[in-house]
Amino acid sequence: MPDNPRKLQFADVNDDVVRSLTQTGSAYYITLTVAITVTLVCFFFPWFYQLNYGIGAAGMNQPTVWGTYLASFIFWIGLSHSGTLLSCVLHITQSSWRKAMYRSAEAMTLFSLMVAGTMVMVHVGRPWFIHWTLPYPNQMGLWPNFRSPLMFDVMAITTYLTGSSIFIYMGTIPDFAAVRDRTTGWRHHMYVMLSLGWRGTDTEWHRLGWAYTFLAVLIIPLAVSVHSIVSWDFALSLVPALHQTIFAPYFVVGAIYSGTAGIVTVMFVLRKYMNFEHYITDLHFDNLGKLLIVLSLIWTYINALELFTAWYSGTSTEYEALKYKLFGYYAWLYWEMILFCAVAPLLMISKRFRTSFVPMLILSIVINIGMYTERFLIVGTSLSRQYLPDSWGVYVPSSVEISIMVGTLGMFSTLFLIFVKIFPSISIYEIKETMDQPGEAATSTPGTEGGAD
Amino acid sequence: MSFIDQFAEQWQAYRKPGYYDKFDYAWTMTIDLDRCTGCEACVTACQAENNLPIVGEEEIAKGRTMHWIRIERYWEGEYPDIKLRFIPMLCQQCDAAPCETVCPVSATYHNQDGLNAQVYNRCIGTRACAVYCPYEVRYFNYQTHHWDTPLDQQLNPDVTVREKGVMEKCTFCIQRIRLAKDTAKDDGRRRVRDGEVQPACVQTCPTEALVFGDRQDPDSAVAKQLNDPRAYRVLEELNTAPSVVYLKKVEVDAGAR
Repeated sequence: MPDNPRKLQFADVNDDVVRSLTQTGSAYYITLTVAITVTLVCFFFPWFYQLNYGIGAAGMNQPTVWGTYLASFIFWIGLSHSGTLLSCVLHITQSSWRKAMYRSAEAMTLFSLMVAGTMVMVHVGRPWFIHWTLPYPNQMGLWPNFRSPLMFDVMAITTYLTGSSIFIYMGTIPDFAAVRDRTTGWRHHMYVMLSLGWRGTDTEWHRLGWAYTFLAVLIIPLAVSVHSIVSWDFALSLVPALHQTIFAPYFVVGAIYSGTAGIVTVMFVLRKYMNFEHYITDLHFDNLGKLLIVLSLIWTYINALELFTAWYSGTSTEYEALKYKLFGYYAWLYWEMILFCAVAPLLMISKRFRTSFVPMLILSIVINIGMYTERFLIVGTSLSRQYLPDSWGVYVPSSVEISIMVGTLGMFSTLFLIFVKIFPSISIYEIKETMDQPGEAATSTPGTEGGAD
Repeated sequence: MSFIDQFAEQWQAYRKPGYYDKFDYAWTMTIDLDRCTGCEACVTACQAENNLPIVGEEEIAKGRTMHWIRIERYWEGEYPDIKLRFIPMLCQQCDAAPCETVCPVSATYHNQDGLNAQVYNRCIGTRACAVYCPYEVRYFNYQTHHWDTPLDQQLNPDVTVREKGVMEKCTFCIQRIRLAKDTAKDDGRRRVRDGEVQPACVQTCPTEALVFGDRQDPDSAVAKQLNDPRAYRVLEELNTAPSVVYLKKVEVDAGAR
């Protein structure tokens, strides 16, 4: 490792992580202020306006009743998909390179899910009645409609949110305890409560390990099912370009793809601004790059397949939808998506590209722009070309929608910025597992050994 | 009764054989395209009967129309050899309605008259039903519409005025059907007679292109029209089992002209 002149010691890990929690520079406060301002101005003000006026504040119209709000919803759910899922998969396969990055990746999951949940509130016409989608006993004897894919969605997302919250919290307990012993004042009191009286006995470690693996195994199928269910919101309809069996795998792959790109972005920011250069290294970018290129190829394959089945079906409606997607009003967006998500990632074939930080950052952002476009196109192109040509139409997002789209970024950043000051954003104890034991001969440095231990 | 028992009882009701396919009435509409002149009297009648708002020029330009029944226009050919076809399109009251399965709060459901009912109070505005509807006949309230005085005085008191965020659509004038059923009941528990109830569009149609009735009654005017060889349903291949049946326009082919 070129930028690591001195070998890391156990104490350094504690020092670095506690420092990231307690020492806050002015840059952090400025960023936080900007993030909160963006959230308020770009998200909440337009939303309040929309609540007052009605959904008409957005650009949706008669054929295209779903718009960017739903696209943002899928996008954020998708972004949430890599964090916990990747962490679980890598935990089970015992890949040690996971250890430096999984905490913040899981936080990304959590906050993306929260933002996605908020997008549902923004999307529906009467969000003040959103609790009606929950199955709770009431004096009217009314239940939600259990046949509805939207209902499945509510179930799946709340389960996933609960599961991934427990997963990230449980994995952090030993670290809360470590930080508890190093902090004073209100922080100390907070970590006393958060660490649930963790003492670090053998029994405790044993139980933690068992429960952690159990949850990891539980969450993998859950994560896959969540985005399959999100895809059914579309695939179970009769809309020509949406009514496709490929949609569940298509969404799952797309979700993991954009999520992994999101992790690359978050890793870059953490490494740069939290001074975690020793922990998040080019090895992580290399491995994430390999994963990204595989996902990009699968994604491209499914996209090609989608075009083929639409053409092969031979029905006029499917064919029209296909033609509209490739050459219609939104065609430039389609080709932008292909460029960003299918062509640009091929750069990662080169190892030099994968291990250079700034190009990877740019590429990860480009991929996520492409993936947002994909979600917009799924909603936009399909709904504007349905069965009856009389109700064909074009949908253009309004300024309120675009503002809210930007505001969600601010909301996500705010949540993440608060997170890095409360949660140890790098797992102290798992980093130590990858390091040499004190007194042993030095054979490896943290995070340099790839693959399985 | 405990909560579990109550739930079990409700569940039993849903599991009752024939709950979903044995209806008290099977209201059906036939639309004879040979008689339809495309005058849009039905559109206006519906507007007046069902408290439909006048959304205004701006909203129409955005594509947010509010017509529970509309006349779809299709132009064929190039000028001068051009031909206009039109077809009235309204909620097809599908027996296997895609919109019903998707609503997460069951705001749209199948009632015992075989109608696809919409409960405005229950609607949370996911708009999923409008996506799932292949006929594009569900209309969303993008804002709360207002009627300037004195227009608010002419609102139909039998029909709810919908607020922002709620989906709405053709109900086959359910308020009239309810009234007819109540009258029939008060009259000694008989069934509603054919022709006793008509939605506003049917009542208004000057050429009597629209016929409404109960297809379970074999003597009703609508049941007789169903046997017409010209009868077809729109997008029948989607298996939505619509309750609106169209009678095809008889074309005079070019050679005979």
